[in-house]
Order: sequence, then structure tokens, then C-alpha cells
Amino acid sequence: MPMITIEKVSKWYNPQFQVLKNCTTTVEKGEVVVVCGPSGSGKSTLIKTVNALEPVQEGTITVDGLNVTTMKKDLPKLRSRVGMVFQHFELFPHLKIVENLCLGQTIVLGRSEDAAKTKAMKMLERVGLTAHAQKYPGQLSGGQQQRVAIARALVMDPICMLFDEPTSALDPEMINEVLDVMVELAKEGMTMMVVTHEMGFAKKVANRVIFMDAGEIVEDAQKEDFFGHPRSDRAQHFLSKILAH
Amino acid sequence: MFSNFDYDVIWRSLPYLFQQGMVFTLTLTAIATVFGLILGTLIAMMRLSSSAVLSGFAVSYVNLMRSLPLVLVIFLFYFLMPYVGQWIIRSDQPVQVGAYASTIVTFTLFEAAYFSEIMRAGIQSVPRGQVMAGYAIGLNYREVMRRVVLPQAFRNMLPVIFTQTIVLFQDTSLVYVLSITDFLGAASKVAQRDGRLTEMYLFAALVYFLICFTASFFVKRLQKRISIIR
Repeated sequence: MPMITIEKVSKWYNPQFQVLKNCTTTVEKGEVVVVCGPSGSGKSTLIKTVNALEPVQEGTITVDGLNVTTMKKDLPKLRSRVGMVFQHFELFPHLKIVENLCLGQTIVLGRSEDAAKTKAMKMLERVGLTAHAQKYPGQLSGGQQQRVAIARALVMDPICMLFDEPTSALDPEMINEVLDVMVELAKEGMTMMVVTHEMGFAKKVANRVIFMDAGEIVEDAQKEDFFGHPRSDRAQHFLSKILAH
Repeated sequence: MFSNFDYDVIWRSLPYLFQQGMVFTLTLTAIATVFGLILGTLIAMMRLSSSAVLSGFAVSYVNLMRSLPLVLVIFLFYFLMPYVGQWIIRSDQPVQVGAYASTIVTFTLFEAAYFSEIMRAGIQSVPRGQVMAGYAIGLNYREVMRRVVLPQAFRNMLPVIFTQTIVLFQDTSLVYVLSITDFLGAASKVAQRDGRLTEMYLFAALVYFLICFTASFFVKRLQKRISIIR
């Protein structure tokens, strides 16, 4: 059974503007899928529909066999099992790093303060930021904040992870520290859907690459095929621009 | 002109002015701020909700309150509240509501309208991504509001909330229309009794000025500190 299925999904922001056009794809368990495409192509919107942060008007999305599109009451529970990392980190600035990591655990999962803290410290160690546990997000660099954001998702024991341009807001010298954590995760077999322009990352760990343009999934191929011989003109054009240097 | 001033009248009436007058003024300010802020936050959330009924109610409430002079509202509530009370508990006669209780309810409801506009701006100042992040870890609407949005909204708006409280502190003097002994009321009563109008009103003005000026000074400092944190 696939971890994520997206079937014939369409979304309109208003009757005139369609952001997603009949998108269909699946992500198998343990698979790493990279979503790329020019800006405004709907890739961020697509990934946010997976945990229903963006509602859709047509189509069906399931996560771990559960229909997300019709879900109401159990939605928070499902979201807590789907880790999400944002372009602008979105750590809670009024909470310390360790509190950022405990909030979901105590409120949503009902873990005790102590258990949550232990788990938080374990994940901070994993991303190499134990020393910063008592600081506020504003005191950390962008790269550090994004690693904390990944840890915040991991403490919830997610069944899959969504990354929405996790390195786009970072200074170049900080991109690798975040990518390293993601590569590590991928190697451990985490199911991941990653919106990114980092083609190096895609070549290294992705199983499949989805190319989107103007709200459509134009190409959905194995990594080797996508980089080796993209079928569509639009994907070829995109790749030639992004890999020019 | 100051040569025939009787400073002793101030000195003699200090306990009355502060222990009765100022205590009431500060109590009213504190209660109206705390409950006005709570109520105002609820109204702000209603106003920003997607329900047309809730936001319509909130808009009407705020517009109504902000379109009426406070003195008028104080009067109106004082005369209307006994009948509203009668209607609520279905009693035969109007319910006795003292001037004291009446002003507390009035100020709370009136300030709620102003605080709701402040909190609305505060809630809107929290980036949408924060709300998304809250939902993404599995919080529901109430938890997102309570744990993520409102603490930040409150922190961002703290200087404005304090400024509004200073204005409220001054506005409490309007309770004189119900002959309540707030600080100005107390000063006024002594002034009338002893025929020392100039001394008492000048002294009252000085006290109001010192308190408000000092408070404003600290609000400005707070504002600077907050802008650095952000």
C-alpha cells in the first residue's frame, strides 16, 4: 500500500485561477520523491494538500490509507503523524527551542513533560543542536533554525515527512547542514516528499522526480530517467536552465 | 496668587484621596483592563472568524461602542441595567444595581470594543505560516490560538495595550457623573466642602500627570525593547 496517494486533484483559488490541474501521483513507503518546477507551478500548494493545510475542490488524497480530503475530526491526529518542514522554518518565536519541540508532544500526543523533554533532547542531539535547547529561535542562524524545525517534526514520530523548499530561505553556506540531515533521514528509510530546487540533493537521494508546471504534473519519472532523458520539452527547458552552471 | 494657598487642605485629605479615591480608580482601571482584554480578544476572534454571523455581531458591537461617548454609555447603562437584570432573571421589579457595579460592567464592555481592535491587529500581525505550523504539528484551532497566535499577538501589542490602559485610567474620572468617589471625585468633594477648589484641582491634575507621564515613559522603553527582540 502506498504511503501517499494523490488522485485527480484540482484546486482553484477563485473561479478564474486554477492552481492544481488534475494532479495524480503516489509515494510508496520509504520512497523519496522530489517535486520541482518553476515558481508558481503549484508545487508548494501540492505538498500542502497532503496534510490538508490547503483544501482541494476535486480529487482524493490518502495518507497511510486514510482519506485526507474528507477528514474533519481526526485531521489534527493525522497531521501530527505527517512531519512538515516549511521554507521559513516557522519555529514559534515566543518559545524556547526545547519548548518548540515539546508543544506537539504534550498537547497532541499526550506525552508527559519529562518524556517529551527526553525525546526533544534526543532529536536535538541528532541534528547537533543540544547546546541551544534553552535559546529562543531568534538567537539561532537560519540553518540551525531549519534543523530545529526538522527535529520538531521528528519528535512526533512521523510516518512520512513533507519538505516545502527547506533550503530556499537559507544563506548558501547553511544549505548543506540542512541537506545533510535530510540525506541522513532518507538513508534511514523515511518516506519523504520534498519540494526543492537542489538538484544535487535530488540526484543523490531521490527515487523519483516530479516536474510541475502551471499546476500540472508534467513529468513523473525515476530519477535516472528524469535527469538522463526528460521526455517533455518543459522539463528539458527547466533542467537546462537550472543545471547550466 | 499662590500666597493665599492653603496647602494644608491637601495634606489633611491625603488619606481620603488615596485610600478611597485612588483605590477605586485603580481597581476600576485594573478590572476593566483585564476583563476588557479577555472580552476584547474573544470579540477579535469572532471578527476574524469565517462565520458571517459571528463577525457581523463583532463588527456591530465594536462600531456601536466606538460611536457613543463614554459619559453617555455610563449614564445609559446605569439607568438601563436594572431593567436588563429584571429581564434576565425574570423578576417582577427592576434589579438594584449599584453605581459601583454598574460602572465596572460599563467600563469592561466599553473597553472591550477598543481592546478588540488592538487584539485584531495583533492577531493579524502573526504571520500565516505560524498558524500553518501549528496546524501541521496537529494542534486544533483553539490550541493554535492559545499556544501560538495569542501569545505573540499579545506580546506584539503590549505597548499599545498599556497606552490604552493609561487612557482608560484617565477616563475613569468620568464616573463623577454617578457621584462615585474615584480620585477626582474625592478631590472634588473636598474642594467643594472646604471651598478650596484651586488647590484640590491643581493637586489632582499633578497626580494624574505624574502617574500617566511615568507610565508613558515606561511604555516607550518597553516599545524599544520589543522592537529589538523582533
